[in-house]
Amino acid sequence: MSVGVMKDSRTTGSLLLEKVAHGYNGLQVVHEVNLAVQPGELVVLVGPSGCGKTTLLNLLSGFLTPVSGTVRTEGLVRTVYQQDGLFPWLTVGENIGMGLRGVKDKGRQERELRELLELIHLGQFRDHYPHQLSGGMRQRVELARVVAGDSDILLMDEPFSALDYQTRIRMRQELVQLLEKRPRTVVFVTHDIEEAVVLADRVLVLSQRPTRIVRELVIQAPRPRNPTDDVVVGATRVILEELGLQVHR
Amino acid sequence: MKKVIPGLLVFIVALFIWWLACRTGVFPAYALPSPGQVLLSFKEEFKAGRLVNDVVASLWRVFVGYYVAALLAIPLGLWLGRQPRVRNALLPMLNFFRFLSPLAWIPFAILWFHIGDKPAFFLIFMSTFFPLVLTVMAAVATIPSIYFRVAHDYKYTGWELLTKVTFPAVLPQLITGLRVTYGIAWVVIVAAEMVGCQDGLGYGIWEARNGLRLDSAVCYMIVIGLIGMGIDRILYQFTKLSNVRWGYER
Repeated sequence: MSVGVMKDSRTTGSLLLEKVAHGYNGLQVVHEVNLAVQPGELVVLVGPSGCGKTTLLNLLSGFLTPVSGTVRTEGLVRTVYQQDGLFPWLTVGENIGMGLRGVKDKGRQERELRELLELIHLGQFRDHYPHQLSGGMRQRVELARVVAGDSDILLMDEPFSALDYQTRIRMRQELVQLLEKRPRTVVFVTHDIEEAVVLADRVLVLSQRPTRIVRELVIQAPRPRNPTDDVVVGATRVILEELGLQVHR
Repeated sequence: MKKVIPGLLVFIVALFIWWLACRTGVFPAYALPSPGQVLLSFKEEFKAGRLVNDVVASLWRVFVGYYVAALLAIPLGLWLGRQPRVRNALLPMLNFFRFLSPLAWIPFAILWFHIGDKPAFFLIFMSTFFPLVLTVMAAVATIPSIYFRVAHDYKYTGWELLTKVTFPAVLPQLITGLRVTYGIAWVVIVAAEMVGCQDGLGYGIWEARNGLRLDSAVCYMIVIGLIGMGIDRILYQFTKLSNVRWGYER
């Protein structure tokens, strides 16, 4: 793991939101959100659809500027989208290569590329184009691309939500393995409570619009976790309760 | 081979209908030359060398006019696609010229450029430039915004953004646009040469009409159709490039 030592032994990316509010044409979407993400932390924002999760992520990536409050990011930020974020005119290898553009040494570029292809089990697919792959394979390429090279902060906008349930479970495991090898600071947005609890160091439950953080849940159990683990089930119950979705018999 | 057989069959049937029409005398012989006459006329034209000369003249005119049009239209379209304000300002004008038949320019073409290659260059340019700009512009304007967000994440800016993101993103549509506008050019060259030139395939047909040699006119028509198809086949090869397949297979 020569490459691992070069950069990834120490994660540097951090994020800070201070009293961030945002809205469109008088409609308030985000209401005074405070959030500090530590280097190497995996924070999952979970909330109902249309609650402003994506707006929050766009504020974090700098794609949107908040109406009020400050957003501070330290490090190189990259985003994984729900789907179709790969360039269809580039092969798998070339797409991952985009993430290695900052790497000047050609030899190292090639080594990293090979290693990443192996990590996502797509070594045989280097010269395939995205449209020749399944949805799960495409998202794996996306994951490899964002962790390639010198990225610090990964923003994930429901990256697995377009996949079927079983593929989704496998993808979570792949993400955990990948982050094991290449630690990054991650902000992960999802509406899937189980996904949130299986992946997160810290789950932030968001309210309906205008978005606020209504609950914070630290999950200390080591990864990988199963949806059936006691910790996961317990945390899921707490979140369902918070969202008013837990049925009482 | 199996793919070719149905097309060949249709061709043979069409030839037969032509032959039958001549035999039954629907039209007088001078108004509808028979396949046999046309074949003889082909021999004659080749011997005289006129046909080959006309083919070369027409190809040259289309090549120059179309090449210049594409050379200006593609960059302009790429730029306009990303400039909504300029685009909105220019769109009515571009559309106006697109719907103006290039043949309407013939009087001007001849007055400005006299007789020869130049009026043909001009007419080909006028007939292909506007549709090509509009095609490229529309293609750029409809690139999914996610590509530009990804490009921003990976630090593509300026020239690199244009050549490594915008251009490949529209390439499949651009190739289709080139095929369509090339078709327009090849149709227009015939009309352009009828009035503006002293040789070329269009002029050949005009000459045949003046001499009431419709067998020769049919010769020229066959050549025009075949070359048109041939060049489209060549352009079609571009759709087989591996980095544009995504545009046709989705």
